[in-house]
Amino acid sequence: MVQNIIDVRNLSKSFDISSKEPGLKGTIKHFFKRQTKSLKVIKDINFEIKEGEIVGFLGANGAGKTTILKMLCGLIYPSEGSILVSGYLPFRRKENFLKNITLIMGQKQQLIWDLPPIESFYLNASIYDLDKFEAKKRIKKLSEMLEIDEELFIPVRKLSLGQRMKSELLAALIHEPNILFLDEPTLGLDINAQRNLRKFLQKYNRETNATICLTSHYMKDITSLCKRVICVHEGEISYDGKLDLLLKKLSPVKEILIVCRSEEDAIKLENSGFTVKNKMKNEITIKIENNSITSSLKTILNNFDIEDLFINEPPIDEVIGKVLIKKDYDF
Amino acid sequence: MNLRKYLKVYKKFLHTSLASELEYKTNILVDLITAILSLVGSIFLLSIFFQNNGYIGGWKFEQALIIQAIYTILNGITNTWFNPNLTEIVKHIREGTLDFVLLKPIDSQFFISLKKINPSGFLEIMLGFLLLFFCIRINQINLNLSFLTLSFITIGCSICILYSLWFFISTTTVWFVKTWNAIEVLRSFLYIGRFPLNSFSFSLRIFFSVFIPIAFITTIPSEVFLGLSVFWKILLEVIVATVFLITSRKFWLFALKFYSSASS
Repeated sequence: MVQNIIDVRNLSKSFDISSKEPGLKGTIKHFFKRQTKSLKVIKDINFEIKEGEIVGFLGANGAGKTTILKMLCGLIYPSEGSILVSGYLPFRRKENFLKNITLIMGQKQQLIWDLPPIESFYLNASIYDLDKFEAKKRIKKLSEMLEIDEELFIPVRKLSLGQRMKSELLAALIHEPNILFLDEPTLGLDINAQRNLRKFLQKYNRETNATICLTSHYMKDITSLCKRVICVHEGEISYDGKLDLLLKKLSPVKEILIVCRSEEDAIKLENSGFTVKNKMKNEITIKIENNSITSSLKTILNNFDIEDLFINEPPIDEVIGKVLIKKDYDF
Repeated sequence: MNLRKYLKVYKKFLHTSLASELEYKTNILVDLITAILSLVGSIFLLSIFFQNNGYIGGWKFEQALIIQAIYTILNGITNTWFNPNLTEIVKHIREGTLDFVLLKPIDSQFFISLKKINPSGFLEIMLGFLLLFFCIRINQINLNLSFLTLSFITIGCSICILYSLWFFISTTTVWFVKTWNAIEVLRSFLYIGRFPLNSFSFSLRIFFSVFIPIAFITTIPSEVFLGLSVFWKILLEVIVATVFLITSRKFWLFALKFYSSASS
């Protein structure tokens, strides 16, 4: 049986936030008497993650995804509740715990700006107490997986964003961590670089059985990497489960564009009891529920003279978008 | 603590920061010229103060030069280690890159205090030592083991006090986010350390001994060089340095509990 590697119970986090009225008067008032209020950004959440799982955290900006990730890796103290990651309390940041995890942030970098990435790799290797031979071996292995070679010897400031991100990954994985926390790792990357990064993460997960917790606003990252998603809305978990199940629930119907041989067939189809979205000459778009799609298509193909048909999946961004803006979604 | 690992990491710090700095040759050259001109300017200024009667606060110009030499060494240490590292703490906290430091299996204070070096500060340290040796000659100071030990202890304590004060101020960034001004105030107080403590009024002497212990940083090591030191003052400097070092460490660990990381 696969064990839970992350266990979160009744976790809450509050921050003191100061607010300021607009204008000069507001600024002066804010300078002398700062109004602060406690804001609960994470509200009593519970979940567990199994070893080797890839879990995507979905949520609108400010929903609390990054705060959850930062509490899981021990950067932020929780206000209430408990977290166990690999058997450790993360915020104590014990050496063995830190050797087991890594955090990669798409918008922040740890590489030394003026030097080639290889210098940062060896620096990290010494911090993780790896000898030169072992470090060299791991750099070779990871650079092959990431498909980077001569970039290792070019100053970071001269690398493209995609090359820099690959180097960031290598720097973050040199100690071969078991748990990866990724906060928008594909931010700003072009389509090819995004795809390469996803391929690498899949391969890394497959080969090392590492657990991956990921936040991303690019739905492609989530759909190609994560079987399971946790949706966060205003600090609460609104959905925790399989991604395909979520998609089915959020989008129970498919749109089918049918091109009939004649307009008469299209009129016959329009009046045959299907939910019609629109009709134009011999083309008709109907809506069919996911669970009856096979039988409905069989009926249509048997009873009407069809030239062509297209099954349209609703755009995933649009579907997921629904769950991100609504708190009490009926699952 | 695994000392071998920390030495290995420090060696890497030295290597990477030297390599980073050497990427910009002109900058290093300008820094070196600035260090020489700054020392010449300071000695010239000091000589102007002593032109009237040759004494300030009971100190001769040749004796006051020792304070200038110790100040130059400390300023060199400040420019080599404290300035490039401790000013970065503010940046680390504001931009959230402290996250990377805190998630490494290494002491975070060690990492952020020693990661970078500015090689041009080495010249200042060397110039300070040259001036110190010159002062030893002109003041006919007898070099013996007890003198060297006491000098070593008092200068070491001065470095600890200076580091702790700077680190303490930088740590407050966790709450106040911007503390550049406080560090600038500390640096300007440090300039005061170029003059003997006796040259100030009684109230200022108390202020610079108790509240901001600049007096301990330069005057007490200088008194050791001139054979004017008294045991209780040296002991007091050791106690002050120890208390400051421990307090700054505890304060850092306490502050980290309030670190909320920057938003992404």
